[in-house]
Amino acid sequence: MLTIKNLHASVEDKPILKGLDLEVKAGEVHAIMGPNGSGKSTLSYVLAGKDDYEVTEGSVTLEGEDLLALEPDERAAKGLFLAFQYPLEIPGVATMTFLKTALNAQLRARGEAELPTPAFMKLVREKADSLGISTEMLKRGLNVGFSGGEKKRNEILQMALLEPKLCVLDETDSGLDIDALKVVSEGVNALRAKNRGFIVITHYQRLLDHITPDVVHVMAQGRIVRTGGPELAHELEAQGYAAYVADAAA
Amino acid sequence: MNAEVRPIRTAAESALAELFASAREDAPGGEAARRVRDDAFAAVASRGLPNKRVEDWKYTDLRALMREARPLADAPTAEEMAAARAMLPLAGFDAQRIVFVNGRLAADLSDVAGPEDGVSIAPLAVALASDAASALALKGVPNDNAAVALNTAFVADGLVVAVTDGAKPGRPIHVANVQTGDAHASYGRVLVSVGKEASVTLVESHVGDASPHQTNTLVGLDLADGAEATLVKLQDEGLGSLHLATLGARLGAKARLRTVALAVGGVAARQQIFLDFCGDKATADVTGVTLAGGRRHLDTTLVVDHTTLNCASRELFKSALDGEARSVFQGKIVVRPGAQKTDGKMMAQALLLSETAEANAKPELEIFADDVVCGHGATVGALDEDLLFYLKARGIPQAEAESLLVQAFVGEVLEGIENESLREALTARADRWLAERS
Repeated sequence: MLTIKNLHASVEDKPILKGLDLEVKAGEVHAIMGPNGSGKSTLSYVLAGKDDYEVTEGSVTLEGEDLLALEPDERAAKGLFLAFQYPLEIPGVATMTFLKTALNAQLRARGEAELPTPAFMKLVREKADSLGISTEMLKRGLNVGFSGGEKKRNEILQMALLEPKLCVLDETDSGLDIDALKVVSEGVNALRAKNRGFIVITHYQRLLDHITPDVVHVMAQGRIVRTGGPELAHELEAQGYAAYVADAAA
Repeated sequence: MNAEVRPIRTAAESALAELFASAREDAPGGEAARRVRDDAFAAVASRGLPNKRVEDWKYTDLRALMREARPLADAPTAEEMAAARAMLPLAGFDAQRIVFVNGRLAADLSDVAGPEDGVSIAPLAVALASDAASALALKGVPNDNAAVALNTAFVADGLVVAVTDGAKPGRPIHVANVQTGDAHASYGRVLVSVGKEASVTLVESHVGDASPHQTNTLVGLDLADGAEATLVKLQDEGLGSLHLATLGARLGAKARLRTVALAVGGVAARQQIFLDFCGDKATADVTGVTLAGGRRHLDTTLVVDHTTLNCASRELFKSALDGEARSVFQGKIVVRPGAQKTDGKMMAQALLLSETAEANAKPELEIFADDVVCGHGATVGALDEDLLFYLKARGIPQAEAESLLVQAFVGEVLEGIENESLREALTARADRWLAERS
């Protein structure tokens, strides 16, 4: 589904990704773990198409389509979703308005009919209910006055509504207490499907207790340096990243 | 203000002098009015049109913006009346509507059924006949200000609205102004007095065709003790037009004033607001949105004069600018020595949507009392790239993402309009501006 080959990317002329290869197949959950500064968040921004992240070499394709040639909104319409580490607050744009604008923009981009408002409202309410997001929160400005946990739940709501093909979760566990972590993880698990892939970026193993990965990668110095099964996450939790930092630097 | 000697007149100044010489003979109001008009015009003629060396006009050089003086509008022809009918502003908004076409009261287009109990609406000529001097030389407004003085010199038609003590008419009063036909100059004046504990909603709208008209309007608002007034203005004149407008408001004790303005028209426009607190514990909430693209120039100039105890004023002005447009915000809060416990806050925010747009902000505080809470702020910036990326990452294209953020930015002001259909109409107008820019 997602194929990344020899990806090099720089931020302000500083190379961050240095030849990253990754293949995510439909239905798989890949965890990417690694020390701070290894390039995990850069990878998520490069995939989503943020300005200032310059790809200098390599390719990224989603179901054969060259993602790097597309604008961020076009990537989203093709089925890429990035759950932000720090979801932004937008006062004055009601969450409901934002969700509707986003969904309809994607439907339009794919040449599909927009969803009529009543059907949209029903859909949002259903999905919001299961994530414990109230109607009152949906009327508020996007993420305005939301707690850290509420913001992350709101990200999962967007994911559930937009039904992407490939979801990238960037440190979704950061700033979450154990209860919020459970709600968010259940939301993600509910979206696991045969035709959907996940990249779960995390520094800690605890998120992976709730979202069981099929494959675990260790990222260091802008590359994948080791790949294994779920047991690799436990090994990292016990031994830390020190060995990888030293290896990659060597 | 600098009183400079300017022996050489510009073409516009010479034309204004000729226009005034012929207009003064037939202007309504008799001899008393004539004296006030003569003085007013002399104030402009002696100094000339204000230019950028005059502090108040530093960012809006009227002499440069007004190269020519348009002839005074004639009574509208049948064709112009038909054109006006087709472009009446805020057509779906339920109000007692009084329409002026090219500055003349258009009875055919107006709601002439009797106003609600406690409200009287009369042509300006009535006030000019009874007390011309006070209808022309208003209290609380700097009568030597060029825009005010020109209005005083040339105004021939307008309205006098009076709301008696305690009256609370349910329907808003809507004064709609349409400019159509050959390029002309049009002057209008609306004087509103709101009695004790009375309350009224007044709506002022301005539209016009593409001709380079020159309009000059003045609204005088006098709120008695405990009176409440809401004033909503839509300035949506044609994109060739020069619009000068003045609002002078006097607030009695415990009076409450709310104003919301949307300025989206004109090649150049200046809205002047003078607030005069005359009694204790009055409050004013003065807000506005300016949307401009192309090479347009929109100015808001505000003076809030606190002379009494325990009054509060809030000013919030926002502009979104595209192309090579320029906005000007000059706001001054004056707190006189006796005006203790004044609570004044002023904020001007500009959003630059292009590299070449320009926002000028000049907030000022002049405080002569020692027990007050006053503050001002001004921000100028572009749309937040991180917010745009967040929206785009959800599939929203650039133009639509920008529109959402601008809507949110100006929505903070427009949502202050309590009347739902009016709020929707002005929001829709702002949305149309956004749709046309992308």
